[in-house]
Amino acid sequence: MDLKDIIKPENLVYTKTKNMTDKELSYCPGCGHGTAHMITMEAVEELGITEKTIGVAPVGCSVLAYEFMNVDMQQAAHGRAPAVATALSRVMPEKVIFTYQGDGDLAAIGTAETIHACNRGENIVIIFVNNGIYGMTGGQMAPTTLMGMKSSTSPYGRTAEQNGNPLKMTELVAQLEGTYNVSRHSVHTFKNVKKAKKAIKKAFQDAMDKKGTQFVEIVSNCNSGWKMSPVKSNEWMEEHMFAYYPLGQIKKDGVLVNNSNQN
Amino acid sequence: MAEVKLMKGNEAFAEAAIRVGSDAYFGYPITPQSEVIEYLMTEQPHMRTGMVVLQAESEVAAINMVYGAAGAGKKVLTSSSSPGISLKLEGISYMAGAELPAVILNVVRGGPGLGTIQPSQADYFQAVKGGGHGDYKMLVLAPSSVQEMADFVEDAFDVAFRYRNPVMILSDGVIGQMMEKVVFKPQQDRWTEEEIIKMNGSWATTGKTADRERNIITSLNMRSDAMEIHNHKLQAKYKLMEENEVRFEEFMCDDAEYIMVAYGSSARIAQKTLDIARSKGIKVGLLRPITLFPYPTKKIQEYVNNGVKGFLSVEMSAGQMVEDVRLAVNGKAEVEHYGRNGGIVPSPTEVLNALETQIIK
Repeated sequence: MDLKDIIKPENLVYTKTKNMTDKELSYCPGCGHGTAHMITMEAVEELGITEKTIGVAPVGCSVLAYEFMNVDMQQAAHGRAPAVATALSRVMPEKVIFTYQGDGDLAAIGTAETIHACNRGENIVIIFVNNGIYGMTGGQMAPTTLMGMKSSTSPYGRTAEQNGNPLKMTELVAQLEGTYNVSRHSVHTFKNVKKAKKAIKKAFQDAMDKKGTQFVEIVSNCNSGWKMSPVKSNEWMEEHMFAYYPLGQIKKDGVLVNNSNQN
Repeated sequence: MAEVKLMKGNEAFAEAAIRVGSDAYFGYPITPQSEVIEYLMTEQPHMRTGMVVLQAESEVAAINMVYGAAGAGKKVLTSSSSPGISLKLEGISYMAGAELPAVILNVVRGGPGLGTIQPSQADYFQAVKGGGHGDYKMLVLAPSSVQEMADFVEDAFDVAFRYRNPVMILSDGVIGQMMEKVVFKPQQDRWTEEEIIKMNGSWATTGKTADRERNIITSLNMRSDAMEIHNHKLQAKYKLMEENEVRFEEFMCDDAEYIMVAYGSSARIAQKTLDIARSKGIKVGLLRPITLFPYPTKKIQEYVNNGVKGFLSVEMSAGQMVEDVRLAVNGKAEVEHYGRNGGIVPSPTEVLNALETQIIK
């Protein structure tokens, strides 16, 4: 049997969601963004809400998310995605609105917009990809950069005296009345991808049902910013990032979960 | 006969915002314009028309909410005063870049910095010459009465959507705070979803249906050649505004040997100066630019060609609009500026004295 006899539509065992465009991803090989994009778009397709989903892209590595996500999208100013999403949700309550933001965008410049959108309980989904560094601008320190971690603006390692401690935004927003589901995931193994996708799907459903703000953090790697191979970066993430940013459900259906450190 | 109401300029703006069928207002309190959001919150326009009103956590958040709603093809407004407008400029630049229509009211107060809460016109450069980053323009309307605070809301939305560009209503603490008679037009319906898709569906994020490609609102282009083309498109749009949207009002300019140029509350003061000057036999006229961008440059050139000897720009600033008068006059006649700063409003006799000593001599 020839290869071209095998490559036929009827033999397909997997197809890419129509909610992803055919554009080649601009992310570094080994980066988690591609998977995070894909499961977000798959969740939207599986819920059958493609026509009423509107996304908001941030400033950072995923600034071009609108090139890859095949839904109507707006690109927000740095950190302002939750404000843009707030307006979209308020003027079009029948639509489902999500933001897709990195840690520099959400946890530094956009802290006020993040906290206030969550506090108002805007019926939006916030996908927060945390790789502990500014990837797009070349590996500078983020508010989420781990203690002692070296970056181009903390070349001798982050210290609490100089920079304060890494910010746990997800635990912080979980304390607010407006948030409904708050969880932390990763997308570096198949098992974790499945869990993350399940959380994202529930987030979209609950936002659609006007239950409040849905906050899904995805702890990810930045092999180029961390200056590691993709495999090494994932090992380092498991060992160091997960220790400080433990995976799991932090708030479920409006109730804080005990033992949130247990996955 | 239409009902005549006595209202503050800020309240008239807010009532007009509801009447023109606006979809949303996002704002943050700051003196001297807080009556806008107070009026809207009291009126509960969601009960009257379904209009959304939200007090944002900052001016920065408010303008980005405006970006979001405008990107969905909705009629959206915000208002602030000088320090707050400075904060909104990043968002305004993004909106100009992404070609989003919206109406932004600036009730100007004295600056710089936190300045004063009293009236000023020192934000002329900021409004007319850009303010935010990049080569962009807003169409700028300058009301000089409470009636115009109401009327210009509809005019502003009209040009904002025609050009897909943010429009600023540049008012000041006098016009915002003073009470005058005002007559409102009847309530207009808000646009339906179908109407928005019909009018703005080619660009607005109304939800990607199977029959069209996705719509993207962005001001980003990673390729400089494409970004230059986009800039040329924006500049062509501003040129069209210059050709088609210039508005002004003239008072006794036909036989004038001297002309005062003033907008907003300064134009009201200059009207009184004009009366006194004319009663003394001085042949002076008043040009009130209504649009500050585009500017009535050609009109001023006409005066020069008709032999006007001198111009006095009257502004509550250290002299900002006077530069546009000078550009128009191009050295062919005398141009001087008279103004007060920091929240001081000049009297008509002060302006007359300036006219007599600086221009007529």
